[in-house]
Amino acid sequence: MSFSLEESPTTGDEVITNYTINFGPQHPAAHGVLRMVMELDGEIIERIDPHVGLLHRGTEKLIEHKTYTQALPYFDRLDYCSPLAMEYSYVLAIEKLLNIEVPLRGQYLRVLFAELTRICNHMLNLGSHVMDVGAMTPNLWMFEIREDCLNFFERASGARMHSAWFRPGGVHQDVPEKLLVDLGEWIDSRLFPLFEDAMSLVVDNRIFKQRNVDIAKVSREDALAWGFSGPMIRAAGIPWDLRKSQPYDVYDRMDFEIPVGTNSDCYDRFMVRVEEVRQSARIMKQCLAEMPSGPVASADRKVVPPKRGEMKQSMEALIHHFKLYTEGFHVPAGEVYVATESPKGEFGVYLVSDGSNKPYRCKIRPTAFSHLQAMDFMSKGHMLPDATAILGAIDVVFGECDR
Amino acid sequence: MTVLHSAPRFVAEEGLFDALKASLGDLVVAAREEHGEIVLTVRREGIEDALRTLRDAHDYQQLMEIAGVDFPSRPERFEVVYMLLSVTLNHRVIVKVSAAENTPVPTVTTLWPVAGWLEREVFDMYGVIFAGNTDLRRILTDYGFEGHPFRKDFPLTGYVELRYSEEDKRVVYEPVKLAQDLRSFDFMSPWEGADYVLPGDEKAATPPPPPPAPAPAPAPVVKAEPAPAPAIKEEAPAKPARKPRARKADVPVEAAEKPKRTRAKKKTDGGEA
Repeated sequence: MSFSLEESPTTGDEVITNYTINFGPQHPAAHGVLRMVMELDGEIIERIDPHVGLLHRGTEKLIEHKTYTQALPYFDRLDYCSPLAMEYSYVLAIEKLLNIEVPLRGQYLRVLFAELTRICNHMLNLGSHVMDVGAMTPNLWMFEIREDCLNFFERASGARMHSAWFRPGGVHQDVPEKLLVDLGEWIDSRLFPLFEDAMSLVVDNRIFKQRNVDIAKVSREDALAWGFSGPMIRAAGIPWDLRKSQPYDVYDRMDFEIPVGTNSDCYDRFMVRVEEVRQSARIMKQCLAEMPSGPVASADRKVVPPKRGEMKQSMEALIHHFKLYTEGFHVPAGEVYVATESPKGEFGVYLVSDGSNKPYRCKIRPTAFSHLQAMDFMSKGHMLPDATAILGAIDVVFGECDR
Repeated sequence: MTVLHSAPRFVAEEGLFDALKASLGDLVVAAREEHGEIVLTVRREGIEDALRTLRDAHDYQQLMEIAGVDFPSRPERFEVVYMLLSVTLNHRVIVKVSAAENTPVPTVTTLWPVAGWLEREVFDMYGVIFAGNTDLRRILTDYGFEGHPFRKDFPLTGYVELRYSEEDKRVVYEPVKLAQDLRSFDFMSPWEGADYVLPGDEKAATPPPPPPAPAPAPAPVVKAEPAPAPAIKEEAPAKPARKPRARKADVPVEAAEKPKRTRAKKKTDGGEA
């Protein structure tokens, strides 16, 4: 859609020439440090040039200088809204190169906490999306759920956000039995009441719909061509979910549905995420019901270090402990590309190993990078305030986008 | 090899590997199937045709990622790696080309608009030129950045650092000054064939070059030095020149640091036992 100056609806009697404004880099609706150079015709967006990289920390380069275990915490710091989902791709990539087996309880725990991460991430995104278009209350309610999630992460790993809990070969340590019980109770007694309450304020709200329905419609062909993934491609009506199509860990045992959109606008993207929260809760319940007992990490002592208690007792364990925490393990030469369904879409890790104890190259495929690139064509012809709704529906986090 | 890991599982239909190779014909330089992933190396000039064939004839609808890799020892040091995904066949394929600094890779923005930023990133990080990409600006690094930071010969610390200057009331760029060197441990065990001179050995390896004229060179010190590590000396005889004694005093910091760096290495024998 383009208007010539004379017939532009916003200019009235006077003719206003196009002008350029900076959106960000410090703008609350930019969800981080995003600078967008916008060319406007009145209030209508003609062109957007997003400038990313303001949070570029050279993570991939740093990873090349660390052992495989030392590099893991960098992944927490990519998408700091869903840290465990970031670790997931990385540990699976290492496991694929090493070809080691993860005990069943370890797999269940990873799926359980990956889904909790998804809920945690969607709480932040849905809440801030709602706030970007003008509503305050739902965000506060959903932050309460998020707080609960962070407490659960803390009880499992000791850290609220940067857990570093998934490890090659399993998870770092087992969870207390009480945590699993509490999680099951929390889903019914806290998550659903709070979440459904918050959603009842939003999903049928007239103002919310006016701000989101028919904004940034993307056809299926465009969604494919622009490398969309996750809720963005599902909102376009393509039922593509890596948990279903390329299952990892025990996702193939889980019974859940993939929500898809029909209209491919910001409202659909929002609603896809809303339904994903319910499906995630469903997966979590199945995990809790089926959770087997047993070890949580592989017993391969050339990859997984022994526990501290064991290390204090056994010479063999002491040697392995020392070796794995100084030199780390060596990964056979080769290359793999492993992608998992992070809450934001396909999060991939292209890992090249040269047989040493450090990754030769670790390319991270962020979700937001492709989505943000489509910002220009999605916003064209929309009004300036729609840009915040579009950004909110992309679910962009710059720790991940800029790496 | 039995698959033990639980990474994402997808299965190619029978004969897909050969079908892809046959379909790309002489564009393919090398092809292999490893860890259940198909990796095709194609000729650089033919990358656009190859990807077009894969997209149109084999239903790989999505270009998910373009990665650069640097292998400084190769004549064409960079690899550009394209990850394709088919949402209908539920399959992935990896396509690579190699490139040097002065050999442009044809752009694939003609096939997928998403390639625009992905190519910009590879250009920014590695300096690979993509011919035909009309918007080949830097993307992740700072405005006015120089160099390509992900190359293996680019130092981890970079060359410049910036800070806010109280005097100038603005952000200023300065050369990197580190109070302490970044620690990079060498984990190669001397028993596994380390191809370098162990710190300390360099003094004993070769006969001394003629000492600089003013150096007094007292004899007892020179004789005492080779004694501590005579056994390892034979493994690593190739040391170009022994340091003249007179210069030793100039480098006390370096000498003091070096033993620390090899701490991990010396203990490696224990773990493998």
